[in-house]
Amino acid sequence: MSGSYFLRRLLLAVPTLFGVAVIVFVLLRVVPGDPIAMMIPPGAGADDIENLRRVYGLDQPMLVQFTRWLSDVARGDFGVSINLRQDVGRLVLSRLPASLELAVVATALAVLSGGLLAIAGVYWRGRWPEAVVDGLTGLTLAIPDFLWGLVFILVLGVLLPVLPISGRLDPRQAIAFSSQFYLAESLLRGEFRVLGMLFTHLVLPAAALALPLMAVIARMLKTSLSEAMTQDYVLVARVKGFTRGRIILREALRNAMIPTVTLTGVQFTFLVGGTVLVERIFSYPGIGNMAIGAVISRDLPLIQGLILTFAALFIAINLLVDLTTVMLNPRVRHG
Amino acid sequence: MKSIDRRQVLKYGMGGAAALPVLASPFGRQVLAQDPDSLTIAYNVALPSWDPTVGTSAVNPTLQSIYKSVFDQYLDLAPDLTLKEGLLTGWGWNDDRTQVHFELREGAFWHDGTPVTAEDVVWSLSRAADPDVGNPVQPVWAGIGNFSVDGNSITADVLNFDPVLFKWLAFLTGYVLPKQYYESVGAEGFEQKPVGSGPYMVDAFERDSFLRLKAFDKYWGPKPAFETVVFKFVTDATSRVAEIESGASDLTIEIPYEEFDRLREKSSLQGLSTPVSDIAMIFLNDIGPMEDENVRLAAHHAINKKAIVDRLLRGYGVPIDTLQAPEYAAFDASIEVPYDPDKAKELLAASGFSTDNPVTFSIQTTRGFKPKDFEMIQAIIGMWRDVGIEAEIEIYEIAKHFELRARDELAPAAFYNWGNSIGDPSTSTFFAMFGPSPHSVWDTDDLDGKLLPLLGEPDEAKRIAGYQEVDRYIAEKGYVIPLLQYVQPIVLREGLTMTPHVANYVLPHLVKPAN
Repeated sequence: MSGSYFLRRLLLAVPTLFGVAVIVFVLLRVVPGDPIAMMIPPGAGADDIENLRRVYGLDQPMLVQFTRWLSDVARGDFGVSINLRQDVGRLVLSRLPASLELAVVATALAVLSGGLLAIAGVYWRGRWPEAVVDGLTGLTLAIPDFLWGLVFILVLGVLLPVLPISGRLDPRQAIAFSSQFYLAESLLRGEFRVLGMLFTHLVLPAAALALPLMAVIARMLKTSLSEAMTQDYVLVARVKGFTRGRIILREALRNAMIPTVTLTGVQFTFLVGGTVLVERIFSYPGIGNMAIGAVISRDLPLIQGLILTFAALFIAINLLVDLTTVMLNPRVRHG
Repeated sequence: MKSIDRRQVLKYGMGGAAALPVLASPFGRQVLAQDPDSLTIAYNVALPSWDPTVGTSAVNPTLQSIYKSVFDQYLDLAPDLTLKEGLLTGWGWNDDRTQVHFELREGAFWHDGTPVTAEDVVWSLSRAADPDVGNPVQPVWAGIGNFSVDGNSITADVLNFDPVLFKWLAFLTGYVLPKQYYESVGAEGFEQKPVGSGPYMVDAFERDSFLRLKAFDKYWGPKPAFETVVFKFVTDATSRVAEIESGASDLTIEIPYEEFDRLREKSSLQGLSTPVSDIAMIFLNDIGPMEDENVRLAAHHAINKKAIVDRLLRGYGVPIDTLQAPEYAAFDASIEVPYDPDKAKELLAASGFSTDNPVTFSIQTTRGFKPKDFEMIQAIIGMWRDVGIEAEIEIYEIAKHFELRARDELAPAAFYNWGNSIGDPSTSTFFAMFGPSPHSVWDTDDLDGKLLPLLGEPDEAKRIAGYQEVDRYIAEKGYVIPLLQYVQPIVLREGLTMTPHVANYVLPHLVKPAN
C-alpha cells in the first residue's frame, strides 16, 4: 500500500461528498415539511408567504438554490441556520467537539471493557467465566444504547443519585474554556477538579453508548483470539513453556486485534453519528442533539451542513482505520 | 492457570458497587437544586435563537417564557390574560382611530446600563414591519407607521386598522430590542451576547444544554426572588421527571400526567395543574364526506370529550365546544355540542350511513407531539365506529401538518392543538376558520362572510358579540370539532410557590420561596 493509494482515496472523497450533497439537497426538498409553513403569520396572504420564502432564499428554482449553495460550500460557507440564525459551519464546528469527546470516551470504555471480557473468555475457555462473558455480551447487545441510558438515569441519577443526568457541565459553575474540547483542555491544563466534573457528566451517556459496542468488540476479539490460539506459533509458544496469559497477551492478541481495530474504527464513525438519542436523553449538547432540532424545525441549511460533516468524518475515519491496519498488519504493509 | 470462584466474583462485585458512590462523590455527587438564591428549571424546549422577533423561534409559544425573562414586551399579560403595562405605560387610539399613541415607561434600562428610549421602541416596531427582516408576524406590525417621538411619547399613523393591535403588543414578536446595541453588534453579535431590559440578564448560555440568568439590579419592576435562574434544556420527558425527582431541578413542566400524579404525592415535591391557553381540536376540511353537514355534526356528537379527559388525561383537561377556552374574551358557555351518540346515529342515517354501511374517511394526527394525541384519536375512532363512522388514522410529523394546512391539503379530519396566549377570538376562530387564511382548511363563503367584517370591527363589545355569534354558527354547522383545553402539569420543590399563568408561561419571577 503506497502513498499514491491514499492520495487516490483522498481524491475519491470529492465525488463522494458531491454525491452526498446532491442526494441530501434533493431529498430535503422532496420530503414533506416546509420550513416556511412553520412560520406563516396569522393573516398572511400569498405575498407575505412569498416574501418569507425570498428572505430565506427558498423562492428560487431548486437547481439555482443548489448551485448557489454548492458554490458557497466550496468557499467554506455553509449558509445561515434558519432556526438558530447563525453561520452553519461555525455552529457545527462548535458542537462537533462535544460529540467527538463523547464518542472517544465511549469507544475507550468499550475497547477496554470489551477487550478484557474477550481475554477473560479465552483465558477461562470452557469454564464458567466464559459463560458469564458470553451471557454478558448477549445481554448488552440485546438492549439498545438509549435504553441503557434510561436505566442509568433511573439507577445512578434517581435511586442512587451519585451522578448528574443532564448536560455537559454543571450550569452553576462559571468556567471559561478557550476551546470546545472541554475534556481535553482541562486535562492539558491540569485542572483536575474541572476534569472530574466534566467526566461525571460524560460517564453515563458514554457508558450507555459503550455497552452495545463493548459486546460487539468482545465477541469479535474473542472469536479472533480463539482462532489465533489454534495457530502453529501458539503451539510453539506452548512448547516453550510460556504461560497461557503470556501467550494470549504477547503472541495471539496482536494478530487477533486487526479485525477488531477495523471494526472499532467503523463503529466509532457510527457512534459519532449515532449519539442522537443518547444525547437527547442526557441533554448533551452535541451534534446529535442539534440534528434532532434541525430536523424537527426543517432547518434545511443546518441539516445539509450536518450531513456533509458526518460524511466527511466518515471518510476521514475510514482512512485513519486503513492507516492503522497497515501499521498493525505486516502482510498489508509489505503486500 | 489461576481460577476464580463465584464467591470471589460476588465479593469484588459487591465491593465495587458499594464503592461507586464514594468514588463518584468528589466530583459527581448530584448538585441538589436547593440553593435559596437560585432556581433551576428543567425546561422542555431548548432555546434556538436569541432574537424574539425573527424566525421560527419567535412564534414558538413555549420559548416565550425564556424571552420574557430577558426582554420586555411593549405590553404584558397578567396571569389571567388581562392586558397590563409592559415597557409602555400608556396606549390608545385617537378618536377616529387613524393614529395610535404610546407612552414609554420612565426609568427602564438595558442590561448594558443604557436607558431604554422612545427611539428603541420606534426602531423595534419599524424593524418588525420591515419585510426584509423576516419577522413572522410582519403583516401585523406593518399596520402602523410614520412614527413621531416627543420625549417618551410616541405617535404613529394607522395604515391598516387592526382592533387587536394592542393585544399583539403583548403577543408573539412583541418585544423591544436595543437599537444602538443591536446595530453595533449585528444579528450574529446579538446571538452571542443578547441584551434586553427584562428582569433577568444572560450570564451563560450553552446551546442545547443550559441557560444561566442573573437578576438585573436596574430592572424597573419588582426585584425577582432568585438571584440566579438556570434553565436546563431537558427535552426528554423521562429525563425531566428524573431531574425533579432526584432534586437536581426545582421545577419542571410538560411531563406525563401519570408521572405528575405520582410525583405530587412525594413529600419533597408539590404539583400545580392549571388550564392554559392551548386547545386540542380536529380540523375538518371541506372535501369528500365533510361536505355533508350530517356527517360533520354526527362526528362531533359522537365524541365523549369528558370520557377522554377523565380516562386518557386523568382529569387534566377541560372539554370545550367552541374554539374559545373559558378564559378567552369571547367564551360563551351557552354554546354546546353535547355528547349524544343516538343523535349522531340519526344524523348519519339521514345521509344513508349506519354501522353496517359506515361513512369512511381518513384522519391525520401527530403521535407524541402533544400528550396522548394519538391515543385520543384512537379513542375517538372507537366512538365513531359505534355510530357508523369508519376512520383510518394517518400519522404525520407536525412539520407536515403545517405544510399540508398551508396548502389546504389536510385530510377530511386532522388533529391539531391551537395556542392562543392572548385569548382573543381573532387569533383563534378567525385565523383557524377564515377560508383565505393559510391556517384554515375550511373554505365556505357563508362563514367567510360572517368573519370578515369582524376583522376590522372597532367597537370591542360588538366585535366580541360578533365572534360569539360566529362560534354558535360554526357549532350548529359543525365546521370544526373543538375537543378540550389542555392543563399544564407543573411540579416544583416543596418550599416554593408559583403563580400559574394561563398563557402557559413559566416565568421565574413568578416563582418565590414559600415563606
